[in-house]
Amino acid sequence: MKKLVGQTEVNVNEEGYLTDFNEWNKNVAENLAEEHDIKLTERHWEVIAYLQGQHQKEEPLSIRGIKKSGVIDIKEFYALFPGGPLKMSTLIAGIPKPKSCI
Amino acid sequence: MKNLVILGAGTAGTMMANHLVSKLPKKEWEITIVDQYKTHYYQPGFLFLPFDIYKPKQVKKVGKKFIPKGVQYIQKKIDLIRPDENEVLLEGDEKLPYDILIVATGTKIAPDEIEGMAGPEWHKTIFDFYTYEGAKALRDKLRDWEGGKLVVHISEMPIKCPVAPLEFAFLADSFFKHKEMRDKVDITFVTPLAGAFTKPKATEALHYLLEEKGIKEVTDFNIERVDFENKKIIDYIDTEVPYDLLVTVPPNLGDAVIERSGMGDDSNFVPTDKATLQTRDYKNIFALGDATNLPASKAGSVAHFEAEILTENILRYIEGKPLKEEFDGHANCFIETGNGKALLIDFNYTHEPVDGTFPLPGIGPLQLLKESRTNHMGKMAFRWIYWNMLIKGRHIPFVSATMTEKGKNFEAVN
Repeated sequence: MKKLVGQTEVNVNEEGYLTDFNEWNKNVAENLAEEHDIKLTERHWEVIAYLQGQHQKEEPLSIRGIKKSGVIDIKEFYALFPGGPLKMSTLIAGIPKPKSCI
Repeated sequence: MKNLVILGAGTAGTMMANHLVSKLPKKEWEITIVDQYKTHYYQPGFLFLPFDIYKPKQVKKVGKKFIPKGVQYIQKKIDLIRPDENEVLLEGDEKLPYDILIVATGTKIAPDEIEGMAGPEWHKTIFDFYTYEGAKALRDKLRDWEGGKLVVHISEMPIKCPVAPLEFAFLADSFFKHKEMRDKVDITFVTPLAGAFTKPKATEALHYLLEEKGIKEVTDFNIERVDFENKKIIDYIDTEVPYDLLVTVPPNLGDAVIERSGMGDDSNFVPTDKATLQTRDYKNIFALGDATNLPASKAGSVAHFEAEILTENILRYIEGKPLKEEFDGHANCFIETGNGKALLIDFNYTHEPVDGTFPLPGIGPLQLLKESRTNHMGKMAFRWIYWNMLIKGRHIPFVSATMTEKGKNFEAVN
């Protein structure tokens, strides 16, 4: 389905996740973050870049993996993306939320 | 003589030995398979062992029985893979040179990764059911457990058989109902994901199961530690879930030999091309089953489909032909829902499980994404299929290695 994010129309799924990463840009991210009362800082962008890199390599995302990566410690990750850090950060990064097979 | 070496004689490795023995010319190729353990386990049976549905002897057999004649079987520990020297080092400094290596070393639970998990309460009030020992210890516990808070918990993804924890919760509901003590047991399902079901179609079709069975859900729970003294699991934002009996799926890691050999990712899984099954770093090393980092499910059905495709690619590699980019992430899993019923799901890298019929389009007899007794009978019959057809590398009629879209109700690709 289509969704207007700021001034840009993007394709999203039922839960509001972008279905085409090519439609993602920093402006889209800022607007998606704002919808969840998050103002993106330099630290957010670092995390977003890391997540997008992992996604590109098709590496599964997990909290332990993020801890091991050294990009960010877990308490800070939660503080930056309140309300479920993995599902919130992936939404803003324009990549699918971590899923199981069913 | 050239050497093809298979590491691991589990589901994936045993299937590859059976496929390749009839395909590689005996005068040119010697096939060797290495595994340190004597026993081959029917791992899907670990789900049924705790509930006394299966007996131990139904889930274990001597592994050697399934290795075909013409394949050398070595029961030894693997110390190191030296990919630059094309050799494997076994215990006792034995060197095993190879021309082609197939890595099928699987995944293991790693309860040590979570503080307090593998401590003094391990297999006393904290159990896994992903090992034979864990499932059996849990069976003994459940036989005379008087009830209380049962927490079924997933530490993180990816895990082997991602639906097994949910099946465990469903079977526990049936088990306690049958024992006429369901009112004494509180079942909570705790997951790091956003729900017990994570895909839109499955959530829509199946969420009623949790409600119907009175199973509570705690979502987005990323475990930091187990407080085994006060019997609670705690996540990174200090959410606490109390338990009397914790049935957990610890983090799953690839085998330690992968880490020792410097061939794995952060979780010791081998970076592998998701369509050809050739490892990313070494042209003459291939990987399949749970040992890879593929974004597919870690499941026996996946290993089975991969084995058919990898066999062809090994032959192509030997002949110097380009590899087929054919594996599509196909998985096919029965899901027990309790009360003698089960679901069946069929999916791949790009298609989420949908409803329809399987394996014959429009006919079935199995129904996808719907509870039925026939599906349960399918799951029960599968143990026979596993021991007699699957690991022997026999093709299962009507079930193709890549997923068919016929007879299924697709709306959108996710």
